[in-house]
Amino acid sequence: MDTRFFTTWMEEATAAVRAGRDHLTRLDAAIGDADHGTNLDRGFTAVAEALAARPPVTPGGVLVLAGSTLIRKVGGASGPLYGIAFREMGKSLGEATEVSAAELAAALEAGLAGIRRLGGAEEGDKTMVDALAPAVRALALAVQEGGTPEDALEAAAAAAEEGAKATIPLQARKGRASYLGPRSIGHEDPGAASTALLLAALRTAASR
Amino acid sequence: MVGIVLISHSDGLASEAAELARGICGVDVPVAAAGGTDDGGIGTSVDKVAAAIEKVDQGDGVLLIPDLGSSVLTARLLESPGSVVIADVPFVEGAVSAAVAAGCGAPLDGVLAAAEEARTIRKM
Repeated sequence: MDTRFFTTWMEEATAAVRAGRDHLTRLDAAIGDADHGTNLDRGFTAVAEALAARPPVTPGGVLVLAGSTLIRKVGGASGPLYGIAFREMGKSLGEATEVSAAELAAALEAGLAGIRRLGGAEEGDKTMVDALAPAVRALALAVQEGGTPEDALEAAAAAAEEGAKATIPLQARKGRASYLGPRSIGHEDPGAASTALLLAALRTAASR
Repeated sequence: MVGIVLISHSDGLASEAAELARGICGVDVPVAAAGGTDDGGIGTSVDKVAAAIEKVDQGDGVLLIPDLGSSVLTARLLESPGSVVIADVPFVEGAVSAAVAAGCGAPLDGVLAAAEEARTIRKM
């Protein structure tokens, strides 16, 4: 997977967030402040512009630029969280121009660690961690079993989607939804839903 | 003197809380507001917070007081042990308490401790 692949991932993510914007905002309206879709759309639109204006020459460069842009442009809690995740992923890939599935799996794990360190969320708190952590595990397992990168990213995307849906019965323990207490039960977490979209975009990039 | 940055989702809330803190402590304590997004909406701007830190930094350290949510996460991105530290305190009471301590010439850990006392001091 080369720089082009990671740029395509960010382009697919921008398109997926644009298409899912209203859905994400509706999820956020139920248990948050109804801005998740709008915020992420603004952030990824800025990512696409930044990548076009100053095309990075390494996969790590793509992800670091995406992360720094999200931190500056999103305006909500998902900005620092996704921003740190992409920056940690980028740092994990270093200066390499070609990335193996195993290296991508390690990078995604570094991104998850960054989110957990910054936000302090554990699995089961009804956050993006509930989608990302199973995706990281599924990707690592698929790579270990020696599947193709396409199969591995398919497994990661499916695990993220399943993890996001599994937030519905949970009571939020982090973020604004936690102020709702038991009333947060019965709604899908918007951060977990957007994480599933980003993992789906990664799978799409692999099929290109 | 220790600098103080008040980080809120709201530009107005941050600005007025900074004004209040400066007004109550009566000396020229460097208190800066970093509220709202770059385009003036509700949210947090890392660029505004970074600029505010630079503005109040006199070399004695800077205390960040965020309101909640993304303000806290943005503050955490910019913290630097020993020089830029975060106070997990009530926004208004913490700001006033920190400004009074900074105005008395307290060092960074003293200003942080004063802000944290605001959590337990009862009003009545």
